[in-house]
Amino acid sequence: MKAFELIQPASLDAALEALPGARDTKARDRVKLLAGGQDLLGELKEHLIEPQTLVNLKSIPGLDAIEHRDDGSLRLGALVTLARIEEDRTLRERFALLAEAAGAVASVQIRNAGTLGGNLCQRPRCWYYRHEQAVCIKKGGSECFAYGGLNKYNAILGGGPSYIVHPSDVAPALVALEAQAVIRGKRGERQIPLEQFFTLPSEGSVLRENVLTSEEILTHVIVPAQSGAPWRSTYLKFRERGSYDFALSAVALRLSMDGDKVRAARLVLGGVAPIPWRCEKAEKALVGREIDAQTAEFVGKLALEGAEPLEHNAYKILLTQGLITKALRKLAS
Amino acid sequence: MSHDQLQPADAGDVRAAFTRRSLFRGAGALAAGSIVADAARSAAAAPSVRLEGALEIELSINGAAQKVKVEPRTTLLNALRNHCSPPLTGAKLVCDRGSCGACTVHVDGRPVYSCMTLAIDAVGKKVTTVEGLAKGGELTEVQRAICEHDGSMCGFCTPGFVMSITACLERKPDATLDEIKHACAGNLCRCGTYPHLFDAALAAGRALRAKGGK
Repeated sequence: MKAFELIQPASLDAALEALPGARDTKARDRVKLLAGGQDLLGELKEHLIEPQTLVNLKSIPGLDAIEHRDDGSLRLGALVTLARIEEDRTLRERFALLAEAAGAVASVQIRNAGTLGGNLCQRPRCWYYRHEQAVCIKKGGSECFAYGGLNKYNAILGGGPSYIVHPSDVAPALVALEAQAVIRGKRGERQIPLEQFFTLPSEGSVLRENVLTSEEILTHVIVPAQSGAPWRSTYLKFRERGSYDFALSAVALRLSMDGDKVRAARLVLGGVAPIPWRCEKAEKALVGREIDAQTAEFVGKLALEGAEPLEHNAYKILLTQGLITKALRKLAS
Repeated sequence: MSHDQLQPADAGDVRAAFTRRSLFRGAGALAAGSIVADAARSAAAAPSVRLEGALEIELSINGAAQKVKVEPRTTLLNALRNHCSPPLTGAKLVCDRGSCGACTVHVDGRPVYSCMTLAIDAVGKKVTTVEGLAKGGELTEVQRAICEHDGSMCGFCTPGFVMSITACLERKPDATLDEIKHACAGNLCRCGTYPHLFDAALAAGRALRAKGGK
């Protein structure tokens, strides 16, 4: 890893001051944010990035707070570790889906150091992107090598011109929970639905996976109170290696039931698209239905509608439909 | 795989740390350890601290304060193995990418990959390595159980497993086999001694409970 200068800002404003302006395109690779470091240090060691300066967000007081607010909502600082999300008792009671997804991330060691913000902003795991010598489209090259190459782990939905998948486990869970992202920039604060935080390679910059500019920091995630009838939820993650791994496919499902029938549903997929993939058609189709084999098949088809598998990843369609069926059955019983 | 992946990514800074002069812009001539610790605790009014080049920090390792010369890029693993005196080589450098668990140490009681932790980020925290577990030359229940259950073959992964199992049983001495497996998911053993390690962990849990642990 190349030497860098480490800035320990004492406040969020001081951290923002250290960031280059949004228009300073040359400077954006010179300064990077450091949170838990579980992704960033890997990028530095592989020489995928060689910033001159790291801004250490861990030195900012208060960014690691878990706040259960009186209205039942949850405000999480971006520096809260995944382990604390997994363990917090009130959070487990009120937002089991999030705790479950946080517990599915990597290993104990990574969850103890890795943060919520870092997990949401982590870079792709595509092996072409992670190879120092492969200057792929995500690194300013002209081609997605996965498209015509070894693409077993790549996207079946929303791909092109890059076919990465978003590696986060907590992102699909948080989108299913209708979370909001709080972003601070030099010109103030903005709050957007987390669903709109992530960008497809075809709509945002292909070099990034989200809307953050180089002068912005994701500071908090707000999860609204669970309104209406009680929701049931589950996060199912399929890994190639059982002990710990990124998802080949993952399903975050929330259902609110009215007797045997579905009153409302949220279904978000992980590991299959460059963003957490919300299945709105499938959600709507679930409303008013009973959960049975027929519903599961119908919903599975709708959820994967438009899937365009590459040469080596058609298995992800059946795998994801299987996970959706399993998740529906689990919540119906 | 390129050849340099087999090398510690920051091997070059071992000597550099002792030859380059510390550089603190806008921070005066204080020891970096106190600056870093202060920055971590400071109120919003405090200025940002810029750290660059070789600096001296103070780490709390196995209950004792130790001054080490590092750079911002020096990992905790590198600091333990190459910058401490005597060197603490219990934590092993294997993958250097947070994948194998051989470098596992405790930071404030929680297992982390020391290869994926900057030494500077450990300032103000309690670091425990495998060397710090046995008190007065007597092995802990976990260490003893691993010996008795033949839990290591080549032994290179063993310190990492000791740290992961110890952290697991400190939280829950009656951890089930599944919970132990979950706690060890981030540790790899290429010799495949997992069944012995898990038996050892269960036995250590029983021994700890018999001794009246939590």
